[in-house]
Amino acid sequence: MTAEQILAQFQSNGAQTCFHGRHINPQILADLNSSSWHLQDYLARGGYEALRKVLGKDGGEGLTPEQVIATVKESGLRGRGGAGFPTGLKWSFMPRQFAGPKFLMCNSDEGEPGTCKDREILQYNPHIVIEGMIIAAYAMGIGTGYNYIHGEIFQTYQRFEEALAEARAAGLLGDNILGSGFNFQLHAFHGYGAYVCGEETALLESVEGKKGQPRYKPPFPPSYGLYGKPTNINNTETFSAVPWIIRNGGKAYLECGKPNNGGTKIFSVSGDVELPGNYEIPMGTPFSKLLELAGGVRKGRQLKAVIPGGSSTPVLPASIMMDCTMDYDSIAKAGSMLGSGALIVLDDSRCMVKSLQRLSYFYMHESCGQCTPCREGTGWLYRVVDRIENGQGRPDDMDLLDNVAESIMGRTICALGDAAAMPVRAMLKHFRPEFEYHVAHKTCMVPAYV
Amino acid sequence: MISEESKARFAQEVAKYPSDQKQSAVMACLAIVQQELGYVSTESEALVADYLGMAPMAVHEVTTFYNMYNQKPVGKYKLNVCTNLPCQLRDGGRALEHLEHKLGVHMGETTPDGMFTLQQCECLGACADSPVLLVNDQTMCSFMSNDKLDQLVDGLRAAGDK
Repeated sequence: MTAEQILAQFQSNGAQTCFHGRHINPQILADLNSSSWHLQDYLARGGYEALRKVLGKDGGEGLTPEQVIATVKESGLRGRGGAGFPTGLKWSFMPRQFAGPKFLMCNSDEGEPGTCKDREILQYNPHIVIEGMIIAAYAMGIGTGYNYIHGEIFQTYQRFEEALAEARAAGLLGDNILGSGFNFQLHAFHGYGAYVCGEETALLESVEGKKGQPRYKPPFPPSYGLYGKPTNINNTETFSAVPWIIRNGGKAYLECGKPNNGGTKIFSVSGDVELPGNYEIPMGTPFSKLLELAGGVRKGRQLKAVIPGGSSTPVLPASIMMDCTMDYDSIAKAGSMLGSGALIVLDDSRCMVKSLQRLSYFYMHESCGQCTPCREGTGWLYRVVDRIENGQGRPDDMDLLDNVAESIMGRTICALGDAAAMPVRAMLKHFRPEFEYHVAHKTCMVPAYV
Repeated sequence: MISEESKARFAQEVAKYPSDQKQSAVMACLAIVQQELGYVSTESEALVADYLGMAPMAVHEVTTFYNMYNQKPVGKYKLNVCTNLPCQLRDGGRALEHLEHKLGVHMGETTPDGMFTLQQCECLGACADSPVLLVNDQTMCSFMSNDKLDQLVDGLRAAGDK
């Protein structure tokens, strides 16, 4: 066999993680299989009907840009990348009368540990992202867009390029889309490994051919974005929600979820569950139901804790998590964040010091080095957690960790500093005795970490 | 030196951006160089800088900032194993240890025959597929049990130059 054939044996086909049939009322991941990503398949699923509706190519009158934005506002759609900002409102920030070029960016730089949903959307349903972006571009009067794709998912980048070529060939993308007179050029951008580029202004710097170091804000991207021009940035899953909203109306989308938390959301469940994968469920679904979909805690063990929204979000103990529903407001009320919707599940065999040690290493590694509190502070956090884990902790190390975390938070240009500090503070808040035990006994409180 | 084919790919990348923003293609050009030559040398940086009308140091800043650029030659197959927390919980660390043992090198090293470079890496964005590894920056291998890791290494060795 050739090297290529050898490697082909180990490719994921999404069977376990995406096409498991355990979604609830899915919109983005509905009716997919590993080969149904082509344009013809997407059209058969009702694809590009929303675009036709917007452009008045379905026999109707079409929608004005203002009507599109109003519909998205009504839907209650909130940014799926992590911040949860209302999408329609964000779109309305773009200057309408700006004379020069404006840009649309899709943030597919999915690198928040635990998050693996955008990869599967782009791999198995790339046209839904393209359609969502075209509609967004129409609503904001934008002529050029880029999809910034995580460096480590080259095959997904290739897939997206193929889908772009299909859309262009069919007259759905490019000049005079569907004969409407509306022009929109969309290209794929391939990252090359930098977590911080998921931060929107670092992403813009990266597309400008520079180090991905976040910018001071304000000015915000709608006034000073890519090449200094007005720019709108949304997450992959956010754009993917748009076609359904246009086809079915904002109210219908809102009613899929719960008030202030419209629609469905894809949750990436990883760690100690029997069936890790992506699960698209309505917002407001109980966590216990999601855990059940993911096959429950692995090997019949007890749930210990969940990091509910990607590695940056504060960990929640099982007792709190089991009372939560999966939506922005419920998780926020419990003291954490829905973030990107990535749940890292930990069972009762897990040492929280060792778990935090790995996360703290990550943030130290990925700090861009621009702000002193983050550059130095993430190093301090890692070294102190590391020495506690390795039996060299000191009695006042927990206070030191708290102090360093406190000294980072709110004192950096971007949120990476907070993202490094929040897990530390939450671990100490909920699992301090484990850290104290480590310091006192120079070993884990839990029996094994397998 | 860079092949004509790679230079044609440079042009495709440059065409994605406004005509006065050629430097936006720098990351793509460096990735193309790396695919052809295995790493990004100072000479390659100078060539890309010249092509895009950038200062060589501005190109070097990009090479050194992003994790995936190889700043020195690597083995024929670069294996990047994710060991971040979601993978650590599902045998990512075990996969790395198994490969260290199998290949007889520590992470960060290259086998004496120049076939494999083994590295730990940060989140690949495939957390539900753990254990996962990335081969030569492009090919993601999922659910890599010890058996599959053996098949991968033995298979690539047997494939030789094919």
